[in-house]
Amino acid sequence: MQAFAESLSVTPLSLYIQHQTWVIPWLQVIHIVALALVFSSVFMIDARVLGMTGTSQTMTATARRFVPWVWFGTAILALTGGLLIIGEPVRSLLNPFFWTKMGLLAVALVATAVFQQSLKRNSAFWESDASRRGFIKLVAIVALLVWCLIIIAGRFIAYVQNFVVY
Amino acid sequence: MDIAAITSWLQSTPAAEFIIFSSWAFPLIEAIHVIGIALVFGIIAIVDLRLLGLASNSLRVTEVARDCLHWTWLGFAIAVVTGFLMFMSNATVYLSNGFFLWKMFLLLLAGINMMVFEFITARSISTWDDGTSAVPLAGRLAGFFSLAFWLGVIATGRWIGFTLFELPF
Repeated sequence: MQAFAESLSVTPLSLYIQHQTWVIPWLQVIHIVALALVFSSVFMIDARVLGMTGTSQTMTATARRFVPWVWFGTAILALTGGLLIIGEPVRSLLNPFFWTKMGLLAVALVATAVFQQSLKRNSAFWESDASRRGFIKLVAIVALLVWCLIIIAGRFIAYVQNFVVY
Repeated sequence: MDIAAITSWLQSTPAAEFIIFSSWAFPLIEAIHVIGIALVFGIIAIVDLRLLGLASNSLRVTEVARDCLHWTWLGFAIAVVTGFLMFMSNATVYLSNGFFLWKMFLLLLAGINMMVFEFITARSISTWDDGTSAVPLAGRLAGFFSLAFWLGVIATGRWIGFTLFELPF
């Protein structure tokens, strides 16, 4: 990984991102905006599962409204995140916070896909009275916490030197 | 008491010193600030896009606002508390940072835009938010300016981190 990160850091695109001081801040701005779309969409879905908002609309309608934003936002996050890795490969790819974030992200995205499929196959369950879905409520809370941890781990990537001595 | 005295006092409080010297406090506060901002912008965007007629068009503006606005305020409260904690750790420097001042100005504009909508445009909301009529120009402009100001807040906010210290944030 060290060798890969170092070879990535001398590619023309990486050198360009490193030397144009405005590129990384703007990539991070776009990354945060996309993150806001994803996080708030997940929040609205989970709050609906918990019966805290949007109860006048069905689960299916809520998912149709917000799940596309999760995938759209994730695509922008992957693009800007990928460019940030190319711009600072050593800082990101050798960073324990980065890999923590990627692991949690995998969990969150699998959970989103499972939710989407389950809702398609078994919408009656999701539309049933919220009080009968105690376990799913717990999953909704955990999912929201996982997204919070993704954001926290993401921000800690920049502060790795406070915790790890290379 | 002038502003310089207040900022240097803020920086010397035990809470500020803890934030400065702790290895994890500032990053954690900053991360929670990002979570707050994500809620503010992401949720207000749902309302703004509805005002612009670009999303949630099967619902009335009133319904969308009722489902969303209190979560925006929750996000805003989180962002204000964490933002103030970061500010107090380095108050004098923040006040001399151009991006910080722009961010505060844009926040003010976002607040004015919201109040104009709330107290002027939304007064007649029952006449146009009937499920068939279009949102009037003033309402669409409110949605557009809200998105623009909050995007500006996010952009200037991120740039503070790159102009405040000589560290590669």
